[in-house]
Amino acid sequence: MTTQSHLAHRFQTLIVGSGPAGIAAATCAAEAGHRVGIIDDNPNPGGQIWRSLRGQSTPDTSHGDGASEWYRRLTATSATRLQGWSVFDQPEAGIVRAERQGGTVHLHYDNLIIATGARERFLPFPGWTLPNVMGVGAIQAMVKGGLPVAGKRIVLAGSGPLLLAVAATLRAAEAIVVCICEQASLRQLAPFALGLAADPAKIMQGLRYKAATLDVPFHTSAWPVEADGDGILRSVTILHHGEKQQISCDYLACGFHLVPNTELAAMLGCRIEADNVAVDELQRTSISNIFCAGEPTGIGGLELSLIEGQIAGLAGAGQDKEARLLLDKKRRASHFADRLAAAFALRSELKELPQETTLVCRCEDVPYGSLKQHHSWRAAKLHTRCGMGPCQGRICGTATHFLLGWNADSVRPPLLPVRIASLASLEAPLNSATSNTQETP
Amino acid sequence: MSEQMRPEQIQITIDQQSITVAAGSTVAVAIALAGLNCRTSVTGEPRGPLCAMGICFECRATVNGIAHSRTCQLLCEPAMDIRTQ
Amino acid sequence: MTTSYDAVILGAGIVGAACALECARAGMRVAIVERDTIGSGATAAGMGHVVAMDDSPAQLALTGYSRSLWTRLSPELPASVEYHACGTIWVARDEEEMDEVHRKLAYYTAEGIEAEVLDSNALAEAEPNLARPLAGGLLVPHDAVLYPPCAAGYLVEQAQRHGATLLLGHTVISAAHGQVTLKDGTALQAKIIVNATGSLAPALTPGLQVKPRKGHLIITDRYPGYLHHQLVELGYLKSAHSSTGDSVAFNVQPRKTGQLLIGSSRQFDSDSEDTSVDHKIVAAMIERAALYMPGLPSLSALRIWSGFRAATPDKLPLIGPTEDPTVFLATGHEGLGITTSLGTARLLADHLLSRPTTIPLAPYLPSRLPSSYLSDEAIHV
Repeated sequence: MTTQSHLAHRFQTLIVGSGPAGIAAATCAAEAGHRVGIIDDNPNPGGQIWRSLRGQSTPDTSHGDGASEWYRRLTATSATRLQGWSVFDQPEAGIVRAERQGGTVHLHYDNLIIATGARERFLPFPGWTLPNVMGVGAIQAMVKGGLPVAGKRIVLAGSGPLLLAVAATLRAAEAIVVCICEQASLRQLAPFALGLAADPAKIMQGLRYKAATLDVPFHTSAWPVEADGDGILRSVTILHHGEKQQISCDYLACGFHLVPNTELAAMLGCRIEADNVAVDELQRTSISNIFCAGEPTGIGGLELSLIEGQIAGLAGAGQDKEARLLLDKKRRASHFADRLAAAFALRSELKELPQETTLVCRCEDVPYGSLKQHHSWRAAKLHTRCGMGPCQGRICGTATHFLLGWNADSVRPPLLPVRIASLASLEAPLNSATSNTQETP
Repeated sequence: MSEQMRPEQIQITIDQQSITVAAGSTVAVAIALAGLNCRTSVTGEPRGPLCAMGICFECRATVNGIAHSRTCQLLCEPAMDIRTQ
Repeated sequence: MTTSYDAVILGAGIVGAACALECARAGMRVAIVERDTIGSGATAAGMGHVVAMDDSPAQLALTGYSRSLWTRLSPELPASVEYHACGTIWVARDEEEMDEVHRKLAYYTAEGIEAEVLDSNALAEAEPNLARPLAGGLLVPHDAVLYPPCAAGYLVEQAQRHGATLLLGHTVISAAHGQVTLKDGTALQAKIIVNATGSLAPALTPGLQVKPRKGHLIITDRYPGYLHHQLVELGYLKSAHSSTGDSVAFNVQPRKTGQLLIGSSRQFDSDSEDTSVDHKIVAAMIERAALYMPGLPSLSALRIWSGFRAATPDKLPLIGPTEDPTVFLATGHEGLGITTSLGTARLLADHLLSRPTTIPLAPYLPSRLPSSYLSDEAIHV
């Protein structure tokens, strides 16, 4: 471990998020000669799609999707890697603060690249708060985190390409995937499937998923209407082509595609347009030294994230010319993103899922019936406590945006709950609080 | 429980009950393996992880005396003391 | 829409809500106009304490009177108001501050406000998470805390039961000479207009000596049993908050949810639309609070927010008539709007209806102050 001087807190390029976009950005900026820091709140790098397998501290490289190569390139640079740190605040321009159990750091930057990824969209339906009802990405993360699912009956539901990918993971872990329920109609999905066929790499990806899930029923126009159980999930009722079917299961993994994590960008004052962080062709946000790459600029998948990450890393390091060479690839990859959005657009029937007593805010246990009486997010928040819990409205705010068309409050620090000490800048030395940084692969 | 554990197994305490988990398991997984729920909601419902990626805060528990820790973002460490809340 | 009312109340904060209820209950045809939603301004930003406060005799008279009205109302408040008669402990750090405890005790007792002295041990027993040793404190057992937006919501609801009309999402562009004009062009005729728009009041009634005074609060996650009483440092009024500059003071409340609400700060000369968090002030608040509760920094903070109190030069509200015979004021409550809302509304209604008042209105009449801010020095107490 090198001596941690004050210089270690200062980066020419600081990247927040070590998923594909962040790793690509950090790699390109560092290879271009910048002093780079990459910070992430997960214990290990990889983000969600390359989340490490239990017992490993490196990204999951088992899918042949570039993870191995990118991580090798990143670790060959001198970029400082900070895992397990949550960025929560910007006390003044050019400095962000981050917290990890036991400490706080101030990180100075010339350029910031926001690569905070996406989260699942959860929609409330009766029973969705039962233990063992969780997200699609969530069950994958739990399995990678050590949850044994061999022999467990699992229903996958919701929307998006993640359903197929996770089915493959679960089958590999010897789970019984009872069925996959995609809310989108076959007609809606068809152009997406055709689009896949236009891209050989994606055909391979699609085929691999398909092979693994060959014996798993894949229902379109199907979604869960109720989960049932006695303190723990026992069954789920699926509505499929207008018919209800109750299916017994151990887990219901349900997520309705993805929503970008734009909170950091919003807190920093970057312009948000149509729920995404607005960027120019070189990934620059409305603030000239802040860039954004990957899902926060619009859900676009792995390939687009990697391209955007490279562009942001190069542009941030002043290599605009090199960055521009990637613009054609980016345009092609964005077509895929457009098809993705069209294919998995949510049907309006899903707005009928919550009943009066169905909880929407899980932190404060606020039912849908009491929310509906209000005319805005702010009014509902003030008068029902909706969104006042520790998730700060990330779950219920996303749901009410879809259900009621509400827009959440402006984002203020702290970005997520932190120790009060951290708010008072009780700064911990970097070396005492970053035990797993600079790990060698 | 065997005194001599394989290095890839670590021992932790959940609600004062000693359990052994594979090294590298998240605390959220350990709680599930112990057959427990992470927390009880403000109206008394049992809850477990929803997002498993640090966003939803449903997997909160008290870890080594620190209440409201997100267990999906923490890896089990030897002798960790976990209390559901 | 009916456009003619006996009384049009501007602002559905806690003060406007209370005024609407008093007027409606007295049989007036009332409309409440609010630009955002109920209790969304200083009402949402404040701590929500119902306290006897003795910065001046008039302040103690109004807070004591209002507090008694809250105590009387409390049994009918819905659970969402989170009314919690936790009492206040004024915390004394040393013997000098204990002298102040005894002075305060004598003063409160003379005014009929129950209080009792806690010695060092009794204080530690009452609040085990306080630093030790501290000299002691003054327990004011009938003080309370509540959740202000829902309290305002309840008052508005009661006013509506008495026939009041609520107009949400309407910005008032002028309010004078018996007419309130809304941004959409609607004109409301009003025999009387009550300006209860807090720190925004001067925009509609020019020349008022009301200035925004920014404050910050921090709320924690739930820690049931960590704190039992509202705690306030004894220097709250004396040193920390009487200057013109930025200041912080230790003030923490136990909420019914088990959360801790941590204050407090005061900043003048702030842009009244700039609600951004001032990191230096927040750090100063925390450092101050940690002196009293060393364990506080290790708790988890959920949110920080800021808002604007409506401050007057003499720290007393403006209640009553203006030069325009149709315009009345109910603003300038600074950090005591929740406490004094009910008393303000009752005094104003008594005045409007020529009923005898329980306490004299004179100290709060707008006419006591010259009708413009001369300079910042005027704020000095």
